[in-house]
Order: sequence, then C-alpha cells, then structure tokens
Amino acid sequence: MNVPGLETEIQPGMICPVPLNKYPHVLLAHGGGGRLMHQLIETMFKAVFRSNELHQDHDAALLTIPQKKIAFTTDSYVVQPLLFPGGNIGTLAVNGTVNDLAMAGARPLYLSIGFILEEGLPMATLWQIVQSIQKAAQDAHVSIVTGDTKVIDRAKGDGIYINTAGIGIIEHEQTIAPREVCVGDSIIVNGDLGNHGMAIMAVREGLSFETTIESDCAPLAELTGRLLAEGIDIHCLRDLTRGGLASALNEIAAAAHKGITIEESRVPVRDEVACACELLGLDPLYVANEGRFIAFLPADHAEEALRIMRQHPLGQNACVIGNVNEEDSTTVTSKSTLGIRRILDMISGEQLPRIC
Amino acid sequence: MKYLHEYRDPALATRLSREIHRITTRPHVLMEVCGGQTHAIVKYGIDELLPESIELVHGPGCPVCVTPLELIDKAIAIASRPDVIFCSFGDMLRVPGSGDDLLSVKARGGDIRMVYSPLDAVAIAQKNPQKEIVFFAVGFETTAPANAMAVVQAKQLNLRNFSVLVSHVLVPPAMEAILSSPHNRVEGFLAAGHVCTIMGYTEYGPIASTYKVPIVVTGFEPLDILQGVYMCVRQLEEGRAEVENQYTRSVHKHGNRYAQNTIRDVFCIIPRKWRGVGEIAHSGLGLQTDYQAFDAEKRFDVTQCQTNESDECVSGLILQGLKKPHECPAFAVTCTPDHPLGATMVSSEGACAAYYRYRKHNAQTGVLNA
Repeated sequence: MNVPGLETEIQPGMICPVPLNKYPHVLLAHGGGGRLMHQLIETMFKAVFRSNELHQDHDAALLTIPQKKIAFTTDSYVVQPLLFPGGNIGTLAVNGTVNDLAMAGARPLYLSIGFILEEGLPMATLWQIVQSIQKAAQDAHVSIVTGDTKVIDRAKGDGIYINTAGIGIIEHEQTIAPREVCVGDSIIVNGDLGNHGMAIMAVREGLSFETTIESDCAPLAELTGRLLAEGIDIHCLRDLTRGGLASALNEIAAAAHKGITIEESRVPVRDEVACACELLGLDPLYVANEGRFIAFLPADHAEEALRIMRQHPLGQNACVIGNVNEEDSTTVTSKSTLGIRRILDMISGEQLPRIC
Repeated sequence: MKYLHEYRDPALATRLSREIHRITTRPHVLMEVCGGQTHAIVKYGIDELLPESIELVHGPGCPVCVTPLELIDKAIAIASRPDVIFCSFGDMLRVPGSGDDLLSVKARGGDIRMVYSPLDAVAIAQKNPQKEIVFFAVGFETTAPANAMAVVQAKQLNLRNFSVLVSHVLVPPAMEAILSSPHNRVEGFLAAGHVCTIMGYTEYGPIASTYKVPIVVTGFEPLDILQGVYMCVRQLEEGRAEVENQYTRSVHKHGNRYAQNTIRDVFCIIPRKWRGVGEIAHSGLGLQTDYQAFDAEKRFDVTQCQTNESDECVSGLILQGLKKPHECPAFAVTCTPDHPLGATMVSSEGACAAYYRYRKHNAQTGVLNA
C-alpha cells in the first residue's frame, strides 16, 4: 500500500495515510506522545485539515480576527452509531458547532477539534470520519486551526468522542436573543423535521424501513447569513437538535417569558418520517434534527424572509409554523389538526417507544 | 391509503361530532379501556368535541401503569445482578419501584437494554451464552403472542440462559371488576382495538348482557374514537347493550386464532394483582408447566422486596375511572413526569402523564388550561 510522504497533500478519497495493513486499529500508542502519535497527527489530521494555522506547529493557533464582536462556542459529540445515512460523527462535530455560531448571528471562521479515540477503533473508520470532517468544514467555509488527540483504553469509550469549539464574527448590529422576542412575532422553520433522529434510531435499533431515512445534518450559517445580509429583522434563532422543535420552543418561551402557539398542520414532516414515528409511537415534534432551525421575526418580515430562504437549498421548504401570542407566559401550545389546542410541553428525558 | 391522515380528517371529525351532539339527549359516562386511546383523546382534544353531557373516563388499559410495584422491585433486583442482561420495552424503564427505576440501575452499571421485540432478547441470549438474559414480559393480550413466541423459540433453541419476568394482564376481567364495583359509574365501553385484534370480541358478549352495557371495539385514531363514541351513545339512547365493532379494518369477530393458540400453548390464566386496584381473579397470564424453566421469578432468588407505595398517589382511583388526574391534589404539584409518584404519571400511556403533557391544571383556579 502506498503511503504518501509527509510533504504530500492528502486529498479526500485517497487511501488512508496510516498504513492499514500495519495499523488496522487505533492503538494506545497513537495517543502516547511518541512516533506513532506524531505520524497519526501529521499524515492524517494535519494533512487533511491543512490550515496554515495547524502547520504553525504551535500549542495554540494564532489567529487574526477583524475588530468585531466575536462569538465563541463549544460542543461535544458522542453519537452512536458513528456512521449513519446522511453523515457521521465527524459531520455532526463540524455542523453542530457551526450551527451554534450561526444561531448567535455569527459567521463561523475557525474550529478546534479534540479527538478521544478508543483503542481498537478501526483506522479505516477514523480515516472516513476525518475526510468527512474536512468536507464538512469546506462546505461550511471554516478552517480547523488547532486540535488535540487522546487515546483511551479499549472498552472505556464508544469508538470516538469529538469536541469542537468554534469562533465566529458578528457582522451586523442586530441583537439576536430570546429577550428580543415580541408578541406578534412569526416563527419560521427552514424545512421538514425529524430526519436526523429517525435516521439514527433506524440504524441503532436495526430497523430497516422501505425508504432509507437520511440525517439532515447540514451547516446553516450561509442561510442565516443571507437573512441578516438582506436586512431581515431577526429577534431570535435556535437550531433544533435534541428534543426537537417542541423543546426549542419551550426553551425560548421560558427565556423570553412569552407564550407561543404553533399549528401542527403547518409543521412540515416528510411522509417516511411521519410513518416511522407512528410505528414506534414517537412524536416528530420531539425528534432530533441537525440541519433545521427556527427564526423569530416581526410578522411583516416573514414573507420576505421566506422568499430569501426558499432560494437556498437548505430553506426550500421554509414556512411559517406559528407565532408568539402571549405576554407573561411560558406556555407553548399547539393547535391540532382537529382545531383543538393542546399544551406542547418540554419532554422529560427521552421519548421511549411505546409497548403497544 | 396510509391509515394516518385519513383517520384524522378534520371535516369528518366535525361531522361525527355534530352527529354525536344530535343524538345525545341525556348524560352518559363512557370508559375507554386502552391507554393508547386515552393518549389520543387527550392529545387531539377529542373530549372537547363531545357534548358536555358525555363524560369519558379513563380505564386501566395501560399495562405499565397496572404492573404491581412488587414486580417492578423484582425486575430491579434481577437487573442489578452482574450476570444479567435485562431486556425491556421502553416505557417500563422509567417506572419507579419502591426506591429506584431501571434507568437508575443502568446508570449504576446494570446491563439493561431496550428492545422493540421479545425476539431481540432471544437473539441477545444466543449471542451471550455466559450471561443470563431476562425479558420483562409486560402487556395485555396484544403483546402476549410475541412474548409467547419468544419463549417457544428459546425452548426450540434449547437456550438455558433465557427467562421471562411475566406481568401479563387480561382486559375482560378488569372490565368486570370495574362494572361490579359499587362505585361504578361507567355505562358503556370503548373496548381496546388491538387487544381485540388478537382475541376477537366474543368474550365481551356475556359482559354486555350481564351488566347491560354497550361495548364498542374501537381503534386509536381520532375518527375511530369519535365513531366508537357515536356507536356507543347510539346504543345507550336506543336502550341496547350489545357488542359492536368499529375497528373493522383490524378486528375480526374471532380474532387471530394462531396468536391465541400460541398464547394458550405457553401461558395459563392465573390471578393477577393490578397496581392500585388489587387482585383480580383469572386476570393474568402465567407460564404453563412445560415452560416453567423460563420463569425468571423462579430462576432468580428475588426475596419479597419491601414495597412502599406513595400515600399521596391515587393511581388506583384513576385507573378505575373514579377520579380524573386533575382531581388528585398531587397532580402537577408534587407529582410530575420528572418526579412521578405513581405509574400513571410515568408511563406515556398513563392518564396522568397524558393530562400533564397535553393539558395543565391550574391548581389555583381548578381549571384545565390548554
């Protein structure tokens, strides 16, 4: 097997630079600070992520940031299974942190990446994940500028854990926060819900549906950036991750101290996801997403916001799903298809499939 | 035809609602038996589409809710053993026993696995010959055939490391227990559609004629429940007490004979204690003699645990339809999904959890808010 030299740039799709026949699995030595760890970092991580800052070989990345307000966030990723239709833990690790920056109204610039690898993780899996990370970073227009690698004993981890921290810059004067939410605001979602959670569940539980459900994992910063650049007055943004739409609405309602109502018939859910949820007794409003967000904005900006969003691949199915309708309240309600209002509460723990 | 949106059509729901209003001339108290029906009623607000004179009370058809506390304590004791892989359906994992629940045991290192089918537990037993695999066999008649099949398969595979902790209950004896109670107010039943898919509905004829109550086998979608209510009210208004089948797309009169035979081969009818209700004769399923080797209660030396029911919890009255969740002083105050006092708040099928999730009780005004 050819092993590219250190000076050769690794392109996605090339063979794994760590010789798989010699090192088919991650060893403790790959985190031991010695030659093997050096080889892993140099030939795989630094060669693939290939930012100038990484090749400064400092303990910290030296960054030049324009004199603006910056946004800073961190998140850790522990998903099982590591690979799933529509993505893997690597794409999550990039897009999740990029999206947190986007929800603060920032343009993401730089990411750090910390790997905790379990001894015995197949090297081919790590290589696939690393390539996905670089592709996701390119798609999100961010550079990976610093990182860390640790290896833990077999059976003490779950294959791989990843932490990413991100820096973005604020290039507008708007204040985007729950406290800006006003009675009368419209609530827009950028697309159909429940894809990521059901994709994960299908793989994790070995459920094979006739149609493969794919994760919606995607970077949202370009879409939110367009809304801000076009002057849309945005009061609040929130990406819909664990706990789904219902949890995000409850978080905002509690933080903003405003009551919210949505219409269930307006919430887009793909047929395959709706059917999978029905089979398992799950509510799509509570299922995880990784490429979906809600925006709170004045009602008279909604139409223009939808026009802008629908021109972007990640906003083609954007729609208004409800509004903020009550002062001094933290209640989220939903109007059912039968026209009856019900509470859309914060879920306690995780949704569990029903017995019968 | 996806059997989803068609049965949630708002225009048809409105028509059924109008028809129910039109034929109702006096108050009626109906009970829906199944927890899944309770969930749908509260989620879709179906009771708000009915005349005020029709009261829906929620029955004991939540197998999670009626599993006795002692059995949950035994499950926790077995699951805590280092040599055991304990398999269960999802909603049992959060039900508190006297002091703990299965999820807490998992956090402490217990090997507890959620499965979607009891056959998954059999597969786990085959893959882990050095461990004891125990499946928590909970449910009404609906899940009994699959649980029976798991035991049959385990026997055919000669698995020595597989057993089941059985907590099966039967619907008709529970309905009779409710009807023979001196406090009973129920005048008609929406029978559990999936139970009847397995068992058919011939066993309800004697109940209907003895107690003079209409019994309508009903499905779970909004239009099913509205049509079931309509059929039940129509009988009451006409002075009839018969068994009718609303859920014809799933239920046949004699049910699924193959499933019934499988149940009969593996299980026999035994008395069973219902949490909050007490022991009801001939109301449970236990393993037949030929399958006693797979009985987890016999296999594991789980001594009688000290069971401590909450004094505040009135689950029993709720399961019998004698109280509504918001009439409990602890509801949404000391008893919430995060801190449940009893099973009707923990299980997603429980009446208290459904009321808490989809409605909120304003403790000060006594009004349900939604």
